[in-house]
Amino acid sequence: MADMINVALPKGRLGDTVYELFERAGFECPSIREKNRKLVFENPEAGVRYFWVKPSDVAIYVERGAADIGVAGKDILMEAKTDVYELLDLNVGKCRMAVAGPKGFCYDRDNELRVATKFVNVAREFYASSGTDIDIIHLNGSIELAPILGLSDVIVDLVETGTTLKENNLEIIEVIAQISARLISNKSSFKFKTKQIETITRRLEEVIEG
Amino acid sequence: MIINKDIFSNKEKAMFALRQLYASHGFSMYRMSKFEEFELYAANRDFLDSGQIITFTDTDGMLMALKPDVTLSIVKNNRHIGNRIIKLYYNENIYRVSPKTHYFKEIIQVGLECLGKVDDACISEVLLLAAESLNVLSDEAKLDVSNLDILTQLFESCGFAKETEEQITACISSKNAHSLERVCRSADLGPAKAELLKLLVNTYGSPDEVIPKLEDAFLNNSIFSYDEKDAYAESIGALKKIVAAFKEAGLEDMLNIDFSVVSDLKYYNGIIFKGFSAGVPDGILSGGQYDKLMKSMKRTSRAIGFAVYMDNLGKLSKFDGEEVEIDG
Repeated sequence: MADMINVALPKGRLGDTVYELFERAGFECPSIREKNRKLVFENPEAGVRYFWVKPSDVAIYVERGAADIGVAGKDILMEAKTDVYELLDLNVGKCRMAVAGPKGFCYDRDNELRVATKFVNVAREFYASSGTDIDIIHLNGSIELAPILGLSDVIVDLVETGTTLKENNLEIIEVIAQISARLISNKSSFKFKTKQIETITRRLEEVIEG
Repeated sequence: MIINKDIFSNKEKAMFALRQLYASHGFSMYRMSKFEEFELYAANRDFLDSGQIITFTDTDGMLMALKPDVTLSIVKNNRHIGNRIIKLYYNENIYRVSPKTHYFKEIIQVGLECLGKVDDACISEVLLLAAESLNVLSDEAKLDVSNLDILTQLFESCGFAKETEEQITACISSKNAHSLERVCRSADLGPAKAELLKLLVNTYGSPDEVIPKLEDAFLNNSIFSYDEKDAYAESIGALKKIVAAFKEAGLEDMLNIDFSVVSDLKYYNGIIFKGFSAGVPDGILSGGQYDKLMKSMKRTSRAIGFAVYMDNLGKLSKFDGEEVEIDG
């Protein structure tokens, strides 16, 4: 089964949407919908083997070659700077990576800007490009709480609808990047399974455009 | 001398096999027996895979570096090359931050460098040796080759800001056509040149398929002047010479043209390449022409070389049970 393509899918709502795209592209795997504790699902006829992993781990599985291809959010790719091919924008899981702060917040350049975020590298790079001194506060969740409790001046986080920000009297100050799910490939796998990976990419593109 | 074969690990067998290959092609061993001053690496920090360097103070108070690289030392210590080609190979432990763990790591590197009057024959010889190195290490390998001059020439004619060039280079290196389109749009690049950049992302694979597409797109393109077309013809010609050399050696099946192989434009130029082995997730060999580095180190000659990343090779099961014989 050397020619099977190993696909790492992100667990959760995004993963379900993404699997549907693969299914519509002709790479179905009915066993994936069965309720059981299996971790790996394969369809030898379609030449694919799927496994669910934590969304933030997809890029690592692909970069390290445990998966030939996978689907990861652009936010994860930006933060981890993984060395993979980014073959396709799947146009799902759309949101924005943005700087947000209390309504009417004005940065006083005399002091370091305190930035709370999960995306430490993205935030550091973003502010370095404008020469702003920042104090990064690395948080793993409930980022919006930080400026409310005075832990930080602003946050760098994903914003989908903006409702959470609005309900907490916060607003977007600047959009850093548009985020969506991307089809990624291990660079070495792409050299040796070129045709199969190209076919999957092309058919997914047809589904997205169709 | 009789040495028990079990004493050699697969990695050691591979290292000796590579050293033998290079020595049999007239390359001399370069031994980095002393440490270089930190300044050498600090001045060329971007040339290193990782900009971080382990330093120590020598007994005379000089700030020294624990070898992060071998190439810079070879260039520094070969000042008077004249009208010849110096052919060296090395097998050294170097100290770098791993891009995966973000910690310093001792890495075994085997590689070779040619300095001096590097001509087409020398470039082809180095690429063939890269391919033969891959064949020593792997049963199924690919060598991706690109000509950086095509991208550099295209950048010159687009007149991008440095930041845009970096963004586009990142898109090409990750075969990211969708982001490339956005960058071209925000840089107000005309559709003809945007198409050419997109072509560099989407065109890869067997030289027999790729080269006619490149010739059609660059040499029959009315947006370029005659001089520009001549420059592109020369760059495509350099790729064609390598393809011819590989065909002659019967190694053309392992050759791909792929522009996603990108190196720092500040130091590299011309032919650059990367080697892959089936089942090994990372590239195992990387190299190219670095005339720009030579120039920045006040050298008038040209240079090309490559390194094999022994730590990326995996288990090297090809060497399981391989007999080791000491000749003479």
